[in-house]
This record gives sequence, structure tokens and C-alpha cells, in this order.
Amino acid sequence: MGSSSSSMDHIPNAEELMQETGFSAAHLLRLYERFEFLDKDQTGELRPEDFGAIGGLALNPIGDRIISAFFSPGQETVDFPSFVRVLAHFRPNGTNRTRNGTQQEPVNSRTRKLKFAFQLYDQDRDGKISRAELLQVLRAMLGIQVTEEQLQSIAERAIQEADLDRDDAISFDEFKKVQQVSPHPQTPTKETPLHPTEGGR
Amino acid sequence: MAALWTPSLLLSACLLGCLGLTPLTELPQPHNQPTSLGFNSSDGSLFVDVPMALRVFSVDYHHVQAPFEIVLWIMLASLAKLGFHWSGRVPAVVPESCLLIMVGLLVGGVIYGVRHSAPPTLSADAFFLFLLPPIVLDAGYFLPGRLFFENLGTILWYAVLGTLWNVLGIGLSLYGVCVLAQSSLGDVSLLHCLLFGSLIAAVDPVAVLSVFQEMHVNEQLHILVFGESLLNDAVTVVLYKLFESFLRLPSVSGLDVLLGGCRVVVVGLGGLFVGLFFGLVAALTSRFTSRAQVIAPLFVFLYSYLSYLTSEMLHLSGIMAIVTCAVTMKQYVEANVSERSNTSIQYFLKMWSSVSETLIFIFLGVSTIQDVHMWSWPFVCSTLLLCLVWRATGVLLLTAVVNKLRRNAVTFRDQFIIAYGGLRGAICFSLVFLIDDFPKKRLFITTTIVVILFTVFVQGMTIKPLVELLDVKRKKRALPTVSEEIHSRLIDLLLAGIEDVVGYWGQHYWKDKFEQFNRKYLRRFLIREDHQARSSILRVYQELERREQRGDEEAPPPLVDPRSHSRPLLPEEMDSIRRILSRNLQNFNNKQTPAYSRHTLHQDATIDKTRRPLHIQQSLGYTYNTITHWSQVMNASKHTVCSISPRPTLQDSSVPAASAQAGPVDPKSSAAREDQVSPQHQVPVGRAPKKQLSFVLENEKQQ
Repeated sequence: MGSSSSSMDHIPNAEELMQETGFSAAHLLRLYERFEFLDKDQTGELRPEDFGAIGGLALNPIGDRIISAFFSPGQETVDFPSFVRVLAHFRPNGTNRTRNGTQQEPVNSRTRKLKFAFQLYDQDRDGKISRAELLQVLRAMLGIQVTEEQLQSIAERAIQEADLDRDDAISFDEFKKVQQVSPHPQTPTKETPLHPTEGGR
Repeated sequence: MAALWTPSLLLSACLLGCLGLTPLTELPQPHNQPTSLGFNSSDGSLFVDVPMALRVFSVDYHHVQAPFEIVLWIMLASLAKLGFHWSGRVPAVVPESCLLIMVGLLVGGVIYGVRHSAPPTLSADAFFLFLLPPIVLDAGYFLPGRLFFENLGTILWYAVLGTLWNVLGIGLSLYGVCVLAQSSLGDVSLLHCLLFGSLIAAVDPVAVLSVFQEMHVNEQLHILVFGESLLNDAVTVVLYKLFESFLRLPSVSGLDVLLGGCRVVVVGLGGLFVGLFFGLVAALTSRFTSRAQVIAPLFVFLYSYLSYLTSEMLHLSGIMAIVTCAVTMKQYVEANVSERSNTSIQYFLKMWSSVSETLIFIFLGVSTIQDVHMWSWPFVCSTLLLCLVWRATGVLLLTAVVNKLRRNAVTFRDQFIIAYGGLRGAICFSLVFLIDDFPKKRLFITTTIVVILFTVFVQGMTIKPLVELLDVKRKKRALPTVSEEIHSRLIDLLLAGIEDVVGYWGQHYWKDKFEQFNRKYLRRFLIREDHQARSSILRVYQELERREQRGDEEAPPPLVDPRSHSRPLLPEEMDSIRRILSRNLQNFNNKQTPAYSRHTLHQDATIDKTRRPLHIQQSLGYTYNTITHWSQVMNASKHTVCSISPRPTLQDSSVPAASAQAGPVDPKSSAAREDQVSPQHQVPVGRAPKKQLSFVLENEKQQ
């Protein structure tokens, strides 16, 4: 897919990004090409409309939340480093490389993924999932087939299970605790598209 | 409703009486040639014998014999089907195919009893030329395209390699059995065994479909089994013909085997191209049918059948041709042709395939009643056993390899269903009749019948309970809490979304390329001018309506009842919550509804895609900008239709290029839109907005 060395020059701060996120050069190049593909008007930054043009995302019930997760609060655009940083959460586990031996938690650890998922619920970024926010997510996922009372009771039950300090909201720690018993929230096979050797399947 | 069995049985008995009472003299037919369907020759007609006077009343059966008998058979088949559906609890336990075979057995037995000779059997020609094409066409037309192509690699893997594995395995092992049982089976040669293996190993789409109808499996599994049964036709037919021609050759060399391998490729690809060609021609023809809408459906059927016949003529794979034809022409025909014609096409397809399938199964039953059966315990039993064993090992091995390359692994439960659901059906039956005559041909026929009956009855009836057993076993381990269920579904959706953002290189690369090609050339060429724009505008308008309605729903703040905070939930409520969650949340990735339904027109299947709630960018708050932007677009009336470049699918068209002029926001239309935002939850996709849109378009057209 073209020589990597010349195109890597287009990517600003490639080395730092690779270190920070753990992506390999080939991965990074792929992501850059994807970024450029999404960036229809070539401004070097992505706006919400660019994300909106992605087919499958439009049909995804939480598509808009995923899109907003890419944007830091208050920002209107996403540049390439931020784009990559967000995607680094989902990097395949097998290629963990800490270059300089720092003991920081790898970017794609389970906690980071949970934090990302937590932010999908917690739209106002106050660190807690309130009942209203949970209801919104449920409504989005369950669509129109479920009545309001059923939604309320489902949200009720979810909060009951998770909320340990009785503040009628789920904090990140409570969220983590509830998810302790569930299996690891991603399968490595899902991330094989980021593997550079794929041409077809 | 057992009471309704009796009238239908009575009616069937009357029909049988008519059949039986046809003139008893018939030309004796040699047993080796299959007697053709119901074409008894009779001496003459019956007359009321009034000599030398004007005959007031006469019966001339001979005149109408052929169509009359055909109609009677079809009538019998349809009545049996009706009776089946009215019979209460039976459909839940016994699949339809089994019941139909039993009816066929009954009818065959009656005919045999009345006539004391073999009843008419299913001739291979009638089967391949008349009965099979409608079923395959129906399957191809309603094939869920995207799912099929996403899983195409796996399907091909199973179809080609799996069939090869089965054929060679069964053939060679059977030869081993024959060698071991020298006394009774000594004259069955290796080539004969391989030939038999090739026809018995093929999974039959008709049988598979009929059983999976009642079993609700997820889409992916359904498409795997079904796709495999469709595509393995190429391999089966080639191997069959190959071994048959080997049998006729004095000797077989390595070169012949190599040529045989090439033939597989040629047959498969040849069928594909024939189908593609006819599909595109059909799409092009449908572009011009606006003035004669009534015959538009006819073109669909004619072209598909023509593709089938052409490829059969060229000894290519007819099934692949007709499936390709259907898949190719579907999107263009649906865009070109009116709503009613679309409905007619779908309805007729369903009807014909239904009748065809019923007839096939009934004839399977009837043909079982033969004069001469040759039975051999070792051969029959070992065939049954080997079929199961080889299929199971084949599926296990292939899946182990293919799981490493797939995104969604094929689970063990799925593997079991694939292996156990490999039913054999009428294709094997017809193929076995076509074998050149040799001493043990009767044995082959008997064994084939036994295998078919076994797979359809035993496997067909037990697969559902077994699957449920497997499911229940796994479910008993731990009931996830509600939070876990919600969260795991959220993670699923999240991952799917991330994959979409990243752009899934392996598959979507080619898909995107194809979509571009499709949009730029094919659709412009094959779809009518005004239909290109209308479809996209209509869809966007519906999407906007839905967005507005969702926006309205979220506006009233959810009333949090402080009382319910401390009330613990009853277990029944817990169960109902769990049921709701698993039913609804699974709909995104692992759909439990069958994508293909034999008895009903799944209109929801196609419309559902446009109906799913779309929440694009609501939380970002710029929806309103988009809406006003679009309302400007809509109201720049004349210019709208032409200036928007065709955006074919909903998936790509959420925000079109900003090509519209900035006209003044029309207050009238936005007010009208607000009126239609319905306050209640159960949202119908606005039929009123559609009318308004068509009104707008009509205005434009009249200009």
C-alpha cells in the first residue's frame, strides 16, 4: 500500500504518537490514510459531519455518542493525534510495547476501555452516570419497542445493582466493580483489521 | 384443530380417486427409465355409448389429461400445505417437509394399492427444469446481500472445501466397506463409490431452508448454512459429471483429474458470469417499463429462468447463475419498478417457490413406493454413518481454520447446527436416477432414499430440541445481571462503531470500491432518471422526520418517581426485564429473526433498515442546523431534484454534499412538519409525510 517512509513524513509527531499510543508505524500509516479519507474537505481536522458520513455508524444506536467521544469537551474538531489517541484504547492487546520502560498503564488496558465506555454513558462528564443518562442510553439501545415504564424499571434495576453508596448515580468505581464479573469486554479477533498484513480476509 | 384435517384429507382422497380412476390401461414402462410425471397414456376416452345419435353428454378425459393431472398434483400439494398450517401444535414439532413426505408416502401407497404398479416418479428433467428454479430464484432474490458478501469467504470455504472433503471421504470409505463386504458388494467399483459419494454429500438448499424456517437461528448462521447449500451446487455437479464421464472412459489418467479440477472453476465462474449478464440486462430492461408496469414482474422471472436454462445448456452451474442473476438485478429492479410491481414480484416468487417445494417433497414420498428396492444392510448403514461422521469432522476442521480469520467466531453451537443441519434432499434423489444403469443402481437408489428420509425426518425433527438443549445448558451457568447485559451490549455496539470509524480494510475496501463503481456507473445507467433522485430524497426526508420525532420524545424529562427508588424488584419483573433486554438488545448484532422467510413476505426486513432509529449527532446539537439546511434544500423546489447527486443507500447518505442553494426557510413546510411529529412513543414511520412528499414531487413533476 505504498511506501511507508515517504508518507510517514506527512504525519506530524509520528514518533511521539507511536510511543504514546503503542501503534506500530504501519498501523499509524493506515490510520492516517483513514483519517485523510474521512476528512473530505482536506482541512486536516475532522468535524462531526465527517463522522456522520460513515455508513455503519449512522445506523448504530449509540453512534452519536461514539462520535462525541472523539471530541474533547468544547472542541469542534478532531485532529489526527487526538483521533489516534482515542483509537489507541482499542489497540489489539498483543502488541504492547513500552518503549522507554515507563511504568504507566498501557493505553489499551481494561481500565482505560472501561473509562471510555463510562464516558459514553456520562455525557455531561460529571464523573457519574445519573439515572437520566442511563435512561437515555437505554432508550437509544432499545429503540421504540419498549415502553417508558419498562425502561424505567430496567434503569431502576441497573442502578440498584451498581449503586453502592446510595447516591442514585453510578460512579466510575462502582461501574468498574459491577463489570468485574463480566468477561473481558473485547475479543482480540475484532481488532485484526488494524493488523497491517491484511489485504483481503 | 384436528377437525380441519378431516376435510382436507377427504378432499385429497377425492383427488386421489380421480387419479386412480384414470383409465387403467397404460403402456408398460421399463423400470430403469424414470416414468415421467403423471403422463400415463391411455387408450381412448370414455363415451356414453349412444350409438348413432347425437351425444348429449360425453367425457373426453384424454383431451385434457396432461394439464388436468398436473393441476391435481399441485392442488393436492397446496391442500396438504393448508392442512399442515391449520393443524395446531403439529408444526411446532414436525417440520413441514416431513409431513409433506408422509403425505406423499400415503398418496403413493394409495396409488400403488389401486393400480398395483409403481406410481409416477419424479423425473429428473421435471425436477431440474421446472421444480428447482423457482425455489432457488426465491432464495436468491431475498438473500440478505450484505450479510452474504461479508461472510462470502467462509461460505466458499465450507462449500468448496467442505464438499470436497465430504465427497472424497464418503466415496473412499464406502469403497472400503464394499471391499470388506466382498460377498455382497464386490461389484461396486471405486468410481461408482466416488460417484455415489459426490451425489450424497451435497447439502440441499430446499431441505435446509424448510427446516431452518422453524428454527430461529441468528442471521449469520442462517446465511452460512444456506449459502453453503447454494454454492456447493457447482462442486457437486462438476464432481458428479466428472465421475460419470470417468466411468465411461476406458481409463482415467492424472491429466483427466487435473482437467476435472479446472472444470470446477469454469463451471462455477461460468454460472456466475451468465447470471451477471442476465441480471444486468434485466435491470436495464426494467428501466423502460414505466409505461407498461403490469408486465414488469414478468421480466424478472423470464430473465432469471433464461439465465438458468442458458447455463444448464452450457453445462455450467444453473443454481449459481440464477442466484447471481437475482442478486444482481434486485437493487436496480426495485428502484425502477413501481411499488405494486415489486410486491407482485415478491409475492409470485414466494408462491411459486412454495408450490415447488411442496411438490418436491410430496414426490419424494410418492417415489419411495417403488416396485423393486434393493437392500443391503452394510451399505445403507455405513452410508448413513459415514455421512454424519464426515460432515461433522469436516465442519470441525474447517471451522478451526476459518475462525482464525474471521471477526465473529463460529461458536460451537453454530458448528453443531451446521454439521447436524446438513440435510439431503431432492437434488440427490434426481441425480441418482440419472446414473447410467449398472447392476447395483437399485441399491444406490434405495440408499439415497433412506439417507434423505433419515436426514429430513430424524435430523429435521431433532435439531430444534437439541439446539435448545445446548443453549439451556450454557445458560444455566450464570444469569448475568441487568447491568452486565446492558453493558455487554453497549460494548458490542461500541466496538462495531469503532470498527466503522477505522474502516475495516479487509472487506470494506472492496465494498467501498464496488459502491463507488456502482454509484458512478451502474446506477446511472440502469436506473430511471427520476427514480434516482426520488429514492434518496424520500429516504432523507424520512430520516429527518424520525430525527425530529426522536428529539421530541427525549424532550419531556423522565419523571423520576422517588418512591420506586427503594422498592426491590420482584423476580417476575426481573425475568421480564431480562427477557426484554435479551430480545431487544440482541437485535443489532445477532439478530434472532430469520432474514429469509418461506411463508411470509418479510417486508419488515427491507423497510426495517430505514426505520431504525437514527440518532445522528443529536447530542452535538447541530441537528437543528442540518434540519434547517435541509428544509432549505427541500423548498428550493425545482432545483432540488436535479442538484442533489444520487445518494443511493441510506448508509452513505446521512449528510450529502452541500450542493443546495440557500433559499429562504419556508415557514409553511416546517410548520407542517411539526404538526406531524406524533407525541406518542409507538412511532409509525410517517405515512403522512410521505404523502406530503409525493405531493411536493408531483408538483415538481407537473412543472
